[in-house]
Amino acid sequence: MELLSHLADGFATSLSPLNLLIVILGVTAGLFIGAMPGLGSVNGVAIVLPMTFIVPPSSAIILLAAIYYGAMYGGAISSILLGIPGASTAVATTFDGRPMAQQGKAGLALIAAATASFVGGTISVVLFTLFAAPLADVALAFGPAEEFALVLLAFTTFVGLGGDDVLKTIIMICLGLALSTVGLDLISGQPRLIFFDEPGFFSGISFLVLAIGIYGIGEVLYTIETSKSAPTVTPAKLTFADLWLGLKEVNKLWKTLTFGSFIGFFVGMLPAAGATPAALMSYGLSKIMSKEPETFGKGNIEGVASPETANNAASTGSLLPMLTLGIPGSPTTALLLGGMVMWGLVPGPMLFIEQPDFVWGLISSLYTANLAAVLVNLALIPLFVWALRMPFTVLCSIVLVLCIVGGYAPSQKIHDVWLIAGFGVAGYLLRKADYPMAPLVLALVLGPLMEKSFRQTLIAEQGNVLAFVERPLSATFIAISLVFFLLPLLKYAKKSSRARGASNEPAK
Amino acid sequence: MLMADRLIAASIMALSLYFMWHAIELPIGWNGMTGGPGGGAFPFWLSVVMFLCAAGILIRSLRGKSNYSGNFFDPETLASVVSVAIALIVTIGLIPWVGAYVALPLFMVWYLKIFGKHGWTLTAILSTATPVFLFFFFEVTLKILLPKGMTEPFFLPLYARFF
Repeated sequence: MELLSHLADGFATSLSPLNLLIVILGVTAGLFIGAMPGLGSVNGVAIVLPMTFIVPPSSAIILLAAIYYGAMYGGAISSILLGIPGASTAVATTFDGRPMAQQGKAGLALIAAATASFVGGTISVVLFTLFAAPLADVALAFGPAEEFALVLLAFTTFVGLGGDDVLKTIIMICLGLALSTVGLDLISGQPRLIFFDEPGFFSGISFLVLAIGIYGIGEVLYTIETSKSAPTVTPAKLTFADLWLGLKEVNKLWKTLTFGSFIGFFVGMLPAAGATPAALMSYGLSKIMSKEPETFGKGNIEGVASPETANNAASTGSLLPMLTLGIPGSPTTALLLGGMVMWGLVPGPMLFIEQPDFVWGLISSLYTANLAAVLVNLALIPLFVWALRMPFTVLCSIVLVLCIVGGYAPSQKIHDVWLIAGFGVAGYLLRKADYPMAPLVLALVLGPLMEKSFRQTLIAEQGNVLAFVERPLSATFIAISLVFFLLPLLKYAKKSSRARGASNEPAK
Repeated sequence: MLMADRLIAASIMALSLYFMWHAIELPIGWNGMTGGPGGGAFPFWLSVVMFLCAAGILIRSLRGKSNYSGNFFDPETLASVVSVAIALIVTIGLIPWVGAYVALPLFMVWYLKIFGKHGWTLTAILSTATPVFLFFFFEVTLKILLPKGMTEPFFLPLYARFF
């Protein structure tokens, strides 16, 4: 009951004319950004974040969340019409979306994607509403030791579950954490890592600078390569008959959609997993459960609906640990977290007590954003078809200019713009060499919390390192971290023993 | 690809050493007074881990266990990426000197007309509309002044009009 009254209060915030307008603007912008091949929610949030000073913080986060949501819907549009995923999260949508479009059923596929996204979004927002307050209550008991253990756990999920090269993942985590220490020492206040004695480094390296560099400039450099040839847009006609048929078809898929939503929500909570693996898992699972698995990949509507449900649910899922624990579940939510800190709001359990208006306003805005996204998506399909014909160079030039200005605006130092260019080029090269970017951004955002909680614990315990394992909760987190950390080693040992076994066999 | 992998690993090793060299300016060991590590410990030991991992990648690659093949860059991509990067650097270098409202339109003209091979109409519309939008969004609405450099005097009448 208390939950409902909180939610009702939240709706009073999110249904205010300003916030309603912001949600509609946000999802529309997000849909466009998501629909552009190469640009996804993380790029959209990184580029738009510096411009959110225009509205108060509570509206700014609603705007960013709406962009996040819209981009998740939008990713499907280019997956279906171009056969190129609009964002990595929509990769699985191309498997069946593209064949459907080639069979002339592009309109049906778009409707299925939009309604499936809506179902995934709605189920996950309800789950979010149910879990948020209890999780925040648990997190209230966290001291610095638990905080440190939790951050450690977030990083080890990348090592154990990330799927990238383990050495490269660890390098990116360490690099992000090391970059987060630039500036003034948290405890003693002494300057450290002031490269070339540049005064600009005294204020540290902002997460925004790294994010705009990597997800703005780096992304554009990366797409220059992949977008050399102009893609062909499959025309999509949309009639009310199609809409009716689409809704009827999706209605039959309730089992897939429910599964997809739950998978998406829980996988999305893990920092290393998120929307892309959630969508792939959901696709795989619906194929296994299907009575006719051989039709998957050949234009099965279920193959469009199941990944789209999961990636939307995952985007909500990754907001949960960010808001309740202060640990983001994805790069995009890491940027939202950084933005909140910039506006003077500290995500975590205290937020639920100190700023209930803000928290419940945000949660209720997820409901309105979800509804707005499906309506705007369906209404503007002809516009997206037109926008996708836009040459990539036009988009890139605008994105690059926005990166430069957006990088300058928050601090008003040209130093930051140089850093953005540097991070952009370095990020591009590292990404080409298969270094994962998500752990780097998460590490820079979480670095200060990790160092502060580690050192606070040790100061409080007079340097007793065992303090981390003496408290039951933090000991549990550290134990799980250890498992994640050892997972790749185990895999490696198994593989090499098997390889040895195979090479020994002929000798027998 | 193999070469690029090694070069990047070696650069990361060099970067870690540079970080360590900076980090030792503050105590990197245990601080007996307060309990816990000193101010330089966090960056120093993280850089050590980074160095070791990069060394691991380098050794792995030298022992031929890397599973890369093909070129890191094809010549055409390299040319486009390098030219965009240079254009960016020139633009950022120009901003403090001739101001954002000259440097950014110049960049857009270069990008759209020369790099993107678009027509003059599109180039002219976009490279005029973008700075006008930026002016009204950042300067008029957000009161964030973008650098103007030597073009500052030309903006005085505009300031008088909008502030």
